[in-house]
Amino acid sequence: MFEVVAFYLFAFLTIAMFCIVVMTKNPLYALSSLAAGMIFISAFFFLLGAEFLGAVQIVVYTGAVMALYAFGMMFFDSINDIKESVSNPRVTFMMTGIIALLVVAIFIAPIIGANATAHYPIHEAYGNTQDIGLVLFTKYLVPFEVAAVMLLVAMIGGIILAGKKMDISITQLSEQEIDNHKTDTEIAKDIK
Amino acid sequence: MSVTLNDYLILSTIIFMIGMYGALRRKNLLMLFFSTEIMLNAVNIGMAAISKFHGDLTGQMFAFFIIAIAASEVAIGLGLLVLWFKRNNNINLDSLQSMKG
Repeated sequence: MFEVVAFYLFAFLTIAMFCIVVMTKNPLYALSSLAAGMIFISAFFFLLGAEFLGAVQIVVYTGAVMALYAFGMMFFDSINDIKESVSNPRVTFMMTGIIALLVVAIFIAPIIGANATAHYPIHEAYGNTQDIGLVLFTKYLVPFEVAAVMLLVAMIGGIILAGKKMDISITQLSEQEIDNHKTDTEIAKDIK
Repeated sequence: MSVTLNDYLILSTIIFMIGMYGALRRKNLLMLFFSTEIMLNAVNIGMAAISKFHGDLTGQMFAFFIIAIAASEVAIGLGLLVLWFKRNNNINLDSLQSMKG
């Protein structure tokens, strides 16, 4: 009973939050309701017995991704409302509706994997976190390492794209050179 | 009365459709990114639900990798967006077209 009530409550809240994200014109409203929706989604993971995934959802999405968006928004004019000119709103509705029908058809269709057996079954005795650790570091070790490299590449890419003055390495300069460089840029600013 | 796999899949589909509607309608690139995040999260719910009702951990593993991909996508995408905003002073999708067609 508790599960049913919680499911429908959080389903309603999540859908409401994401509708606000899609419909609103104010970027700050969109950002905060997206963060709220992410936290509500973690409730489903806790309901489904995936406690570690729920914790990761809160830490990564609301902690890292939303903070990154919030910092990124400082670069944009986020106070003003967004001006969007939708040339043909009916086409969007139509396309979304058609895809929704397609997904319903896929769900109704007889499932091929109905008699599939579990490759990595859940051990009730271990607990979710330990179980995930066992599978992640044995069967999924290579994808895990590749994901780590991908995150490193993304981090370096983000720094290089958004950072400026990356052509000068301050660590390789002497104190004198850093002082000279600083005065040079200040002089250049004054001239401008 | 209890929550079944179908309930979770229907919820996942509804959220995915909300995200897809946003991705099709939005003209601001930042809002487009938000819609992408919604779609990725919808898929994650489906993965976790199938993992629970099948008794298989693979779904949760895929959800983890999806989260990792989403995080790196945000880092690169925001970097490119900041660069574009510095150069053109807006992030409207219509300003991205440089060829007259």
